[in-house]
Amino acid sequence: MIENQEDRLLPEPDQISQPFWDGLHQHRLLLQTCSDCGAVRHYPRPVCDQCYSMDYSWTEASGRGTVHSWTVSHHAFHFSFKKDLPMVLALIDLEEGVRLNCRLTGIEPENLRAGLQVQVKFDDVTDAVTLPIIAPLTK
Amino acid sequence: MGSLKEACAVSGVGETAYTRGTDKHPTQLQMEASLKAIDDAGLSPKDIDGVIPYLGGSAVAEEFITNFGIEDLRFSAATPMGGASCVAAIQAAALAVAGGVANHVLIPIGRNGFSGPRIGTRVRNFPQFKVVGEFEMPSGAIAPAQLYAPMARKHMELYGTTSRQFAEIAVTMRDHALLNDNATMTKPITIEDHQNSRMISDPLRLFDCSQESDGGAAIVVSSSERARDMRRTPIYVMGVAEGHPDSPSTIAQRPDLTTLGVAKAAPIAFGMAGLGPEDMDVAEIYDCFTYIVLCQLEDLGFCKKGEGGAFVEGGRLSLKGALPTNTHGGLLSQAHLVGMNHVIELVKQLRGDGGKAQVPDAEIGLVTGYGDMGDGSLAIMRR
Ligand SMILES: [Zn+2]
Repeated sequence: MIENQEDRLLPEPDQISQPFWDGLHQHRLLLQTCSDCGAVRHYPRPVCDQCYSMDYSWTEASGRGTVHSWTVSHHAFHFSFKKDLPMVLALIDLEEGVRLNCRLTGIEPENLRAGLQVQVKFDDVTDAVTLPIIAPLTK
Repeated sequence: MGSLKEACAVSGVGETAYTRGTDKHPTQLQMEASLKAIDDAGLSPKDIDGVIPYLGGSAVAEEFITNFGIEDLRFSAATPMGGASCVAAIQAAALAVAGGVANHVLIPIGRNGFSGPRIGTRVRNFPQFKVVGEFEMPSGAIAPAQLYAPMARKHMELYGTTSRQFAEIAVTMRDHALLNDNATMTKPITIEDHQNSRMISDPLRLFDCSQESDGGAAIVVSSSERARDMRRTPIYVMGVAEGHPDSPSTIAQRPDLTTLGVAKAAPIAFGMAGLGPEDMDVAEIYDCFTYIVLCQLEDLGFCKKGEGGAFVEGGRLSLKGALPTNTHGGLLSQAHLVGMNHVIELVKQLRGDGGKAQVPDAEIGLVTGYGDMGDGSLAIMRR
């Protein structure tokens, strides 16, 4: 694989996940919601594992959640993240019952703890792509 | 349908030199190991009538037909479970020989993990990493160390598990590697060395992480009926199972971060064997990271959930301890052959070929696999 030194890793959405990424681009966190039983699921997929319905809509999440677990990464594994080290990657329990795994900023690593209240922000990493990013909840 | 208990046996094993640096192609390495395993079994390469190539490897079934002049390959399969693949392949081989589809199934591994592309690059091309590739890697969660670290952190938060307990595992694996002529790590380490080693992805330090290695390793699995009359003492598979964790394609969505797929395989394999953890003389436990050993010890039932940290203290996993574990040095200190080196080490121990690391009178033992986002596999064997 030949990698351009300026490249960063970007998502490759498919027909199912495209609305999730389109939502982020509009700074909205959209989650797949079953049209039949109302179960919220993530990451995007065709079938509701609660009732097997294939009908769903996209609903906007509150963006609020709590820290479930985390790591503080001191090794980049891809050159595009070297400038960000050390970086916090956190699993976030969203109020809607599903999780995100993404960057957490705005907190010193020694202050991290499970249950910490956080909110989703939006990081426009290119003109076309926006990633979710997490910050401590500000009232 | 009957049980797979003792349907098959490992009839031959083969390994190349394990190195950090090679000029050889991974296909050469697995052919070399395969020929050694077939010779160990007392077979001709043409006698192989089943093959389960490693999906992350370089060779497909067709290449074994071509290289070995196999006239009638009757069985091929794939067990795409990362580091759980090798032991899961034993289950597939057991089914094939129990069903009369094949008599001698080759399970080969060959890789240039050190000399070829490194893990952060490789995983991005794995189809089973597609979900993580879309939703987690763009944020920087790329390599197994980064994806698994939150599991270890959760265990520490819930149960008070410590980095020094991880260190106990790293030091024991290194001590065992020092007894092994085919280990890539040759210097002793201490708990303090572990504590001073570079942080990779907190809480995982450098010495919590396994090696990148070059090498080949292979086994031949034969029907027990045939294995009885073959060159080597058959090592019978008493119980075998694979297990997939909840949310198998991403750890992030798993309800309980501290339980792995092997927790589902354990009751099936132990039940099939009619044995329990307390019956094991030796254990070869997949050790891509120290924490993964600790978690599997709990999931296998050697101790309760949350007690793994205390369990590994005091040298319990060492040769003189109650549960000699990874007697070859493991992925942490022998080499990373995707756990086929663990399968081969168990066979050697049960044959009495364990060399300086031989567990006296080892008759029964187990080997696990762990792969991708928590897939598990388990085989229990006896001589
Ligand atoms: Zn539903």
